[in-house]
Amino acid sequence: MTFKENLTKGFFKENPIFVLLLGMCPTLGVTTSAMNGLGMGLATTAVLIAANVAIALLKNLIPDKVRIPAYIVVIASFVTIIDLSMAAFVPALHEQLGLFIPLIVVNCIILGRAEAFASKNGVGASAIDAISMGFGFAMALTMLGSIREILGSGAIFGYSFVAEGAPTMLMFVMPPGAFIALGLLIATVRAISTRAERRAKVRANNPIPTIAVPAGGKA
Amino acid sequence: MNYFSLIIGALLVNNVVLVQFLGICPFLGVSSKISTAVGMGAAVMFVMTLATLVTYLVQVLILVPLGIVFMQTIAFILVIAGLVQMVEMVLKKVSPALYQALGVFLPLITTNCAILGVALIVVKNNYGLVEGLVYAIATSAGFALALFIFAGIRERLEYADIPPVLKGAPSSLITAGLLALAFMGFSGIV
Repeated sequence: MTFKENLTKGFFKENPIFVLLLGMCPTLGVTTSAMNGLGMGLATTAVLIAANVAIALLKNLIPDKVRIPAYIVVIASFVTIIDLSMAAFVPALHEQLGLFIPLIVVNCIILGRAEAFASKNGVGASAIDAISMGFGFAMALTMLGSIREILGSGAIFGYSFVAEGAPTMLMFVMPPGAFIALGLLIATVRAISTRAERRAKVRANNPIPTIAVPAGGKA
Repeated sequence: MNYFSLIIGALLVNNVVLVQFLGICPFLGVSSKISTAVGMGAAVMFVMTLATLVTYLVQVLILVPLGIVFMQTIAFILVIAGLVQMVEMVLKKVSPALYQALGVFLPLITTNCAILGVALIVVKNNYGLVEGLVYAIATSAGFALALFIFAGIRERLEYADIPPVLKGAPSSLITAGLLALAFMGFSGIV
């Protein structure tokens, strides 16, 4: 895998939410607004980078049989650090995200990347992998949060753009809206990627004919 | 608090999957057949009740007296991971058929956020031991109920003709959304 592939895979090709369907609980639970989605995404990214780097460094010291509990301890330590830091520096966001911050420990993305990537690769590649996956996750969460906030409360990042008291689709900030919005978002991403694939295939089969320029003459 | 309202609240009104969004991974992953859904529901009920009991005791007897409540997340997840390992070994010995059916998903109970989530909620809401256990049983029963209904719908959905982009996860999520809409009808009971 090249550096560029490693860096870009998390955003589209192996996006943890749209393609791998990992980390669904915080995805659905906190995305009532774009800000919450972004905050959760960045908190998870921070833990993911720290955990991936630490595990890549420790991979030769950890015995194979107890690797999962060892990974969990590493991850839980970083989550505790993030949890306490957020409580100190961004108390309002910490209050909003609530239970889902300690639950970053059990986010399948983090343990999944530790097991599938950091335990087999070097420190640098693991850090890039974490950055790619983490920001891909944050991007997906922010997208879902924006959609739900626009439809459900007529606002984006807290800035309202509808008249006060105007009716909005309140369902989208409530639990059912989370499931439905994510389902439709995944379907949209899939439709776009299948179309792009089909186009790439057509292009590979029929290369665009190049216009021959007469040698030496003016075209 | 009244136990009846605690049970109804945890089972239906604040359903763990459909309202609180805990344990979505097994909810989407193990719900294609009713038989596995029942097994998973039972396993989660057992583990959640046991985990709540043990984590409550860890909190009250170890973390609080020593003044290291900030170690809560690490301590709880380790206790839960150990418990799941034990349940796995017991199940392998006692019921190989069920072990075969749940196979890959048993280790995943460790990363089932519902287990850790309920353990943390019980401590955060200052429930007593009995209240905490009742809450855990009702919550896990709510999980099993949602999983069972959802698996029933998905078994029928398998033969439906749906557009290819909606196949799999998107249609499951939309179905779950409609189910959540139905469960919203319970709000206001307690």
